[in-house]
Amino acid sequence: MAETKERLRRTMMFVPGNNPAMVKDAGIYGADSIMFDLEDAVSMAEKDAARDLVYEALQTQDYGDAELVVRINGDDTPYYHNDIKAMVKAGIDVIRLPKTETADMIKTLEKDVLAAEKEFGRKEGATHLMAAIESAKGVLNAPAIAAASDRMIGIALSAEDYTTDMKTHRYPDGAELQFARNMVLHAARAAGIAAFDTVFTNMDDTEGFYRETNYIHQLGFDGKSLVNPRQIAMVNKVYEPTEKEVENAKNVINAIKEARMKGSGVISMNGQMVDRPVVLRAQRVMMLAKASHLVDEEGNYIEK
Amino acid sequence: MEIKQTAIAGTLESSDIQIMLSKGQSGIQIDLESDVKKQFGDQINAVITETLKKFGIDHVKVKALDKGALDCVIKARTIAAAQRALKTADQPAWEVL
Repeated sequence: MAETKERLRRTMMFVPGNNPAMVKDAGIYGADSIMFDLEDAVSMAEKDAARDLVYEALQTQDYGDAELVVRINGDDTPYYHNDIKAMVKAGIDVIRLPKTETADMIKTLEKDVLAAEKEFGRKEGATHLMAAIESAKGVLNAPAIAAASDRMIGIALSAEDYTTDMKTHRYPDGAELQFARNMVLHAARAAGIAAFDTVFTNMDDTEGFYRETNYIHQLGFDGKSLVNPRQIAMVNKVYEPTEKEVENAKNVINAIKEARMKGSGVISMNGQMVDRPVVLRAQRVMMLAKASHLVDEEGNYIEK
Repeated sequence: MEIKQTAIAGTLESSDIQIMLSKGQSGIQIDLESDVKKQFGDQINAVITETLKKFGIDHVKVKALDKGALDCVIKARTIAAAQRALKTADQPAWEVL
């Protein structure tokens, strides 16, 4: 499995691949992942230019610690193979396949990526993969897709195409996405990879954005795909642990450290059993707290 | 390498540069328009020239409209224009990228 465990993926920001201003500035907003788009955001006539632009930007621009993802064109287009080669050569972290419907599509992609790694002398296995689920078929095959390759780091639900396929459209309450969200999330968790929720496109509806983000946070998604950098701080706010959660997590981690030194596995803290899931949850809370700058190096809560 | 057709790449949006290539007989002739020509004109021309030479293009007229592009954007747009002018856009020149 790729290094999926310890990475925060709260925000994946879409960046149109043929827009130099947005491509060059993509690193300054603090997104956990940046997704350069060669697919729907780029017109047919500019596919070659967008590929060249993203490639050259990746050679010179500093995107900090962000995970760099590129959405390539699908295997039913003439751009698919050149997109893979260029992005593998560029050293991209993750290739995102759009409109994924079967595990075989990921297996084929894996073969193509491996061939490109050999051709351009990149370390085999260094290019990770993720799948966008955008249809009923994709949703039903999500568990197999998520587990199709050791290179897989995540799957994402793409609601615009999906709702069209389902003969509906998006509603404010998201009831039409309930099944798909839970399928994608369970597929991701069963395969041990990340789950990304779909974009929220109405920038004027801040309340709706928070409602949806709180909801997918509650379900257990790692994070959300975003179309506007303004949404990054909003998502991070939803994922930010409370002071009480941080204190509790710190106590759990200290308690388990102490227990390990004494040589015992399970411990009790304030009368409650602390076992592995509690510890894992505490570790994630501390990771989120660090990313939200709520704690210092030692894990002490910083008063605001 | 011979320019097969006049080709253009890039836009006139901020941070972009539009590069137009057409047939020429006397070397690489660049006509650059840029608000920062005084400061960066030589550098912009150098990136364009170096990239065209990697394609083996020795004779070409270049019209460049710069809107404040970084070197990586200048290189990317020159590559796209060159491949279109050579009619090889569907076979990326991996050695030039």
